[in-house]
Amino acid sequence: MKIIRHSFDGVIVGAGGAGLRAAIEAAPHMKLAVITKLYPTRSHTGAAQGGMSAALANVEEDNWNWHAFDTVKGSDYLADQPAVDILCKEAIDSVVELEHWGLPFSRLENGKIAQRRFGGHTVKEGEAPAFRACYAADRTGHMILQTLYQKCVSMGVTFFDEFQVLDIKIDDGVCKGVVAYEIATGDIHIFEARAVTFATGGFGKIYKVSSNAHSLTGDGPGILYQKGIPLEDMEFYQFHPTGIYRLGILLSEAARGEGGILRNKDGERFMERYAPSIKDLAPRDMVSRAIATEISEGNGAGPNNDFVYLDLTHLGAETIKQKLPDITDFVRTYVKIEPIDEPIPVQPTAHYAMGGIPTDVDARVLSDAQGSILPGVYSAGESACVSVHGANRLGTNSLLDIVVFGKRAGQSMVDYVSSTKPYSLSDNAAEDLKNKIVNFMEKEHDPNFSVPKIREELQDSMEENAKIFRSDETLTEQTKILSDLRDRYDNITISDKGKVFNTELLEAIELEYLLDMSDTTVASAQARKESRGAHSRVDHVERDDQNWLKHSFAFKNGDSVKLDYKDVELGNYEPKERKY
Amino acid sequence: MDINLKILRYNPETDRKGHWEEYSLDADPDERILDLLHKVKWFDDGSLAFRRSCAHGVCGSDAMVVNGENMLACQVLVKEVSNPIKIEPIRGLPVIKDLVVNMDSFFDSYKKVMPYLINEEEPGERERLQSPEDRDRFEDTTKCILCAACTTSCPVFWTADTYVGPAAIVNAHRFVFDSRDNASKQRLEILKDVNGAFRCRTAFNCTTACPRGIQVTKAIEDVKRETLTIN
Ligand SMILES: Cc1cc2nc3c(=O)[nH]c(=O)nc-3n(C[C@H](O)[C@H](O)[C@H](O)COP(=O)(O)OP(=O)(O)OC[C@H]3O[C@@H](n4cnc5c(N)ncnc54)[C@H](O)[C@@H]3O)c2cc1C
Ligand code: SF4
Ligand code: FES
Repeated sequence: MKIIRHSFDGVIVGAGGAGLRAAIEAAPHMKLAVITKLYPTRSHTGAAQGGMSAALANVEEDNWNWHAFDTVKGSDYLADQPAVDILCKEAIDSVVELEHWGLPFSRLENGKIAQRRFGGHTVKEGEAPAFRACYAADRTGHMILQTLYQKCVSMGVTFFDEFQVLDIKIDDGVCKGVVAYEIATGDIHIFEARAVTFATGGFGKIYKVSSNAHSLTGDGPGILYQKGIPLEDMEFYQFHPTGIYRLGILLSEAARGEGGILRNKDGERFMERYAPSIKDLAPRDMVSRAIATEISEGNGAGPNNDFVYLDLTHLGAETIKQKLPDITDFVRTYVKIEPIDEPIPVQPTAHYAMGGIPTDVDARVLSDAQGSILPGVYSAGESACVSVHGANRLGTNSLLDIVVFGKRAGQSMVDYVSSTKPYSLSDNAAEDLKNKIVNFMEKEHDPNFSVPKIREELQDSMEENAKIFRSDETLTEQTKILSDLRDRYDNITISDKGKVFNTELLEAIELEYLLDMSDTTVASAQARKESRGAHSRVDHVERDDQNWLKHSFAFKNGDSVKLDYKDVELGNYEPKERKY
Repeated sequence: MDINLKILRYNPETDRKGHWEEYSLDADPDERILDLLHKVKWFDDGSLAFRRSCAHGVCGSDAMVVNGENMLACQVLVKEVSNPIKIEPIRGLPVIKDLVVNMDSFFDSYKKVMPYLINEEEPGERERLQSPEDRDRFEDTTKCILCAACTTSCPVFWTADTYVGPAAIVNAHRFVFDSRDNASKQRLEILKDVNGAFRCRTAFNCTTACPRGIQVTKAIEDVKRETLTIN
């Protein structure tokens, strides 16, 4: 195993939207490297479909305050309101900036950026659905990822493609760099860097049915959690209402924004009963709960009554072709159904992590619930929790989050690097990772302790016990299962002992992050004895502002989880009952 | 159904050259080819190497040759290909291990065409305007996910790897026909070169191979025609 050393001022881990946006900000001011386990253009930002919100008011009257109101209400009042103000105010310039860098937005007849409706976004604080989501057909994320990468290419940003970061070096509370594994060679690389940003994306792979890529295993949060950094609001995981039945492939909310309707087995538009004013465009937590309720009450379609229909048949071939080309292609490819003629079988799919690495509005990582800052470490994008999404994210607010807070992470790196001196790391920095790998190489393979088996049981059980509806009973059961899986993980083995493209080794290491993400999700969910946003307890159905208007912080405590709490930062909007 | 899967395996640490290995699997006709590869990797031979991420045809990781044709393993279902199913790495790029090839030269060619918007004029405080018609002119080529299925299906590329290849030309097209870009001339100069667009012999393999349904050959023709407008 070769050990190779590099010296940079700053390192960004991850080349999705958040990592690339941070790189554009930081690269001109320091010696910077972007390290990514996938080629940048393979990042899951490229899978985002529907849009990115900003109150441009291109179609109708709009302003960022209404956007902020919707975001706070959508979050079930758990978002920190000063952070939401930043998100919604900076949204407008962020979209314009992307356009200036070449992003091919869809256009209105007058040449301005086109905007469409999306769940939970309204005008005048709830009066009617708003045209706020800027889009490029139904491949907005693809265009954002391509545009940001193109900008990085034009700037000559340094990339380490297919390098996986597996360790961070923090000495005496300051960051000194990261250690990465080169996938093509098996070599270990030590990156000295006093500013490190984690932009590693989500961790949807803790569930069986998910819209997330195989690569979304929570590496950034996992690496920090194992070093004693807490994870915030892990009980809040978003299930998107419309994943393709069984596969989980996402059919964007844009489908409903353009007029699509959800129907149960009798063809009834059931959302009229759950959200009388905005119906199918209610926020995701509500729609997913409505679907789960329809299914549990026997109103689901199919032989097992376990899905509902997304009906696009009345939209017309032209709208479908112009505005929803990709998702209708997915349906043709994977379900062999023609969406113009037939409704599509859908079910809720694990989609988005509201929780993650705690940060302040400048993307600086917090090391406790009291707001202490971990110098030199930053996070942005889905791996971070600012928190702007609170207990439930509105559609289109994540693509916004990655550019607004990605940029802020880059700026914070610049500030930090310009006011500090470099540290050095010795070859010993590679020791922990080296030992981990040697251990895998030396342990004889035992198929009973293989990665796929444990991972499958993890995903199946999380799906069963910690999905949309939870209770003390299911969470107690899941805690037991996780502890058993953790014990088996300690004896895990792999069969590939090679150096080149040993993805079995990497899957084994990623599985530990998945276990960490699951442990913190379940422990935080069990402690929160209320229902709020995406966290629905059947044994505590009401929201309880008196006791729970606060963020959870989950710390690693041996093999268990220790919790602490931080009050929500309120602002213009007092918590109210959430009705649509 | 029973599937007989043949995979061209190569491990640089133990093999001098590639060799076929066979696997018999039970598969659902609706499963993706990628699901079959996962079955082999997860339940038979953990050392099998291939790239994948999104699993639904949007990230461009898993272009490979399936029964002789380039496709994304995650975008094709078992029932759509004939059994036995033969899988090989895409051609014309050096194999690293099994189905994984070295993509460096592919991305180098992409970078050669200056794949980014160039416009030195001050854009103002709001978005630049662009009519839906102008936006439509380059719609098709914005869809590219850089999977390399086109370039590695091109017979010209197989024999002359200095040729920039269809994917790079597609990405040049995306900017050449964007009304907001001012650097078409520079890009077209690059594509007039001996290793540029005129190497294309309109074999159409690229268009057939493209998993995003991009009219690749047409884009190349558009670019060739456009180079004639610069002196
Ligand atoms: C199907 C789908 C559709 C969506 N549609 C929308 C939408 O319309 N609007 C919206 O606002 N949001 C949408 N979202 C959510 C949004 O797309 C994501 O939250 C966002 O793109 C995440 O971006 P990111 O930069 O944080 O992470 P990602 O884009 O996931 O990037 C993660 C990066 O980290 C790297 N990485 C991970 N681990 C390591 C490691 N250990 N070492 C090195 N590199 C590592 C990866 O290589 C990758 O480059 C959608 C999500 C999905 C799944
Ligand atoms: S043009 Fe098509 S085949 Fe070629 S790289 Fe792009 S997406 Fe792949
Ligand atoms: S895995 Fe992403 S394109 Fe196939």
